[in-house]
Amino acid sequence: MSVPARILRCGEQAFSVELSDQIDETVNSQVTTLAEVLAAGDLPGVIEMVPTYRSLLVRFDPGLCSGAEMEAQLRAACERLTADTVSEGRLWKIPAVYGGEVGLDLDDLAEETGLGRQGFIDLHSGATYRVYMIGFSPGFAYLGGLPEVLHAPRLATPRPLVAAGAIGIGGKQASVNAVAGPSGWRYVAWTPVRTFAPDRADPFLFRAGDRVQFVPVSAEEGAELATRQAEGQVIVTPEGVA
Amino acid sequence: MNLEVLETGPLSTVQDGGRKGLRGFGVSEAGPVDAAAFQMANLLVGNPAEAAAIEFAYVGGRFRADRAVAVAVTGPGVSVSIDGQPAQAQATLRLEPGQELRIGPLAKGLWGYLAVNGGIATPPVLGSRATHLRFSLGGLEGRTLRAGDHLPLGDGGEIADRIATRALPEVTAAPIRVLLGPQEDFFAPDVLERFLTQAHRVSSRIDRMAAMIDGDPLPAEKGHDIVSDGTVPGSIQVPGSGQPLVLLAEGQTSGGYPKIATVIGTDLVRLAQLGPGKPFRFQAVSPEEAEAAFLAARQETRAILDAIQEVQDFRPDPEKLMAENLISGVWHPIMDAD
Repeated sequence: MSVPARILRCGEQAFSVELSDQIDETVNSQVTTLAEVLAAGDLPGVIEMVPTYRSLLVRFDPGLCSGAEMEAQLRAACERLTADTVSEGRLWKIPAVYGGEVGLDLDDLAEETGLGRQGFIDLHSGATYRVYMIGFSPGFAYLGGLPEVLHAPRLATPRPLVAAGAIGIGGKQASVNAVAGPSGWRYVAWTPVRTFAPDRADPFLFRAGDRVQFVPVSAEEGAELATRQAEGQVIVTPEGVA
Repeated sequence: MNLEVLETGPLSTVQDGGRKGLRGFGVSEAGPVDAAAFQMANLLVGNPAEAAAIEFAYVGGRFRADRAVAVAVTGPGVSVSIDGQPAQAQATLRLEPGQELRIGPLAKGLWGYLAVNGGIATPPVLGSRATHLRFSLGGLEGRTLRAGDHLPLGDGGEIADRIATRALPEVTAAPIRVLLGPQEDFFAPDVLERFLTQAHRVSSRIDRMAAMIDGDPLPAEKGHDIVSDGTVPGSIQVPGSGQPLVLLAEGQTSGGYPKIATVIGTDLVRLAQLGPGKPFRFQAVSPEEAEAAFLAARQETRAILDAIQEVQDFRPDPEKLMAENLISGVWHPIMDAD
């Protein structure tokens, strides 16, 4: 069974393969799978692919492959995709120090949700999140899978500076801040893990399709992990197939 | 070995060929807005085409080196002088230690380039020296250049004087060609019609990320929010204000505004070079026309860059040069030698 796709022009050097206009885990999984299928097919002319929530952007060199030929290849790949495809990405267990200076919204949200501090932490750290896409800033992963009761609206006025490693909630999405910067998200925890480190061999920790869980640790453990990381040690490795 | 910035314009940055292949990680390429003018400057000083050089907007400024260097300046209608003596753009220039290179305003465009033999040797970040201003990556501390900066230079070795014997295409106000979509169906037919017929102007809010476009607003009947999807340089996003913006070298990699159209690669540089206030129109073309234009422009750029010659091998034909806009009555004495 094939997946209905709209193959849309984004100028003469790119197509957007649009599988849906909704945010949906199955659709997003199909996007990841399509990217894998195309990468394995080694299509001539493909320059890069950008997976998003519900579409795959494919940039190509029209000097190496005409648009008509590229469109036909993309359509054929979509036809081979099945509707029940779910790609199991790598699983990251990210140590999280809940509350504190960075997780400054934890107590407010614990009260607003009526879950209490421990109840909130249990629910937040008990979920498995999926990296829907990476965008906005280097390595910033939009995570789906936040339990509904934890959904929280963004602040009306963004805070001017939120630390790298801040674990936040924006509406029905979750994320880990890859770099420090302004943000209107609510923050409940901090991780010493750098999800973006330009000097590291693999500068970006997450890829679209990865799964993420948060593991509560104490502030002392968090500080120790940060120190080990600063010394060049790898403090987190993924489980599952790459 | 460094180049000192004595004075410079508002948007001067170190750029190389850009960070390629990282859009899937949220990082757009950066790199030059006008790749051909950038490459020409590098080739004129014997550098690899994508070596790190200085990009500037509006005006270059004043620069000084602490060793003898070969430099080249490119950009539409740029004026150049060394210690007050007019000097040629699009040619190798010799700058002695302590001499002052002055790069004036760009009379016919917005973006220009200064390349130095050996290249700018700021440390690469993610494999590139290109400055990404929004993320503060690369270049000099990830920021625009300012007076007092000292840029480290690489060692380029000796080179012969060179000259560009063919000029880059003029920055004309011919229609800017687009391919409609991917979200043109968010707009009612009369709004699409207006998009393609009314006069637009690049607003003064243009930077390396995007060019805001002034004109009658373009409301989207299906709303101005989409589930974020991928963008490319040239994507024309229409936010709730109805005022479109065209993404450039440092544009974001994804976005939640509907994209009414995409400027074809060939015309994106011209749009960016047009600069604020100049009226233009958008014209829809077919994918086949856009691809043919892309291939023709690539071939043309190669031919122009291939026409960079060592001065000693060059037999000037003044008529041809006048036609190519390379000279304006003044000629370098060495050129008249034979």
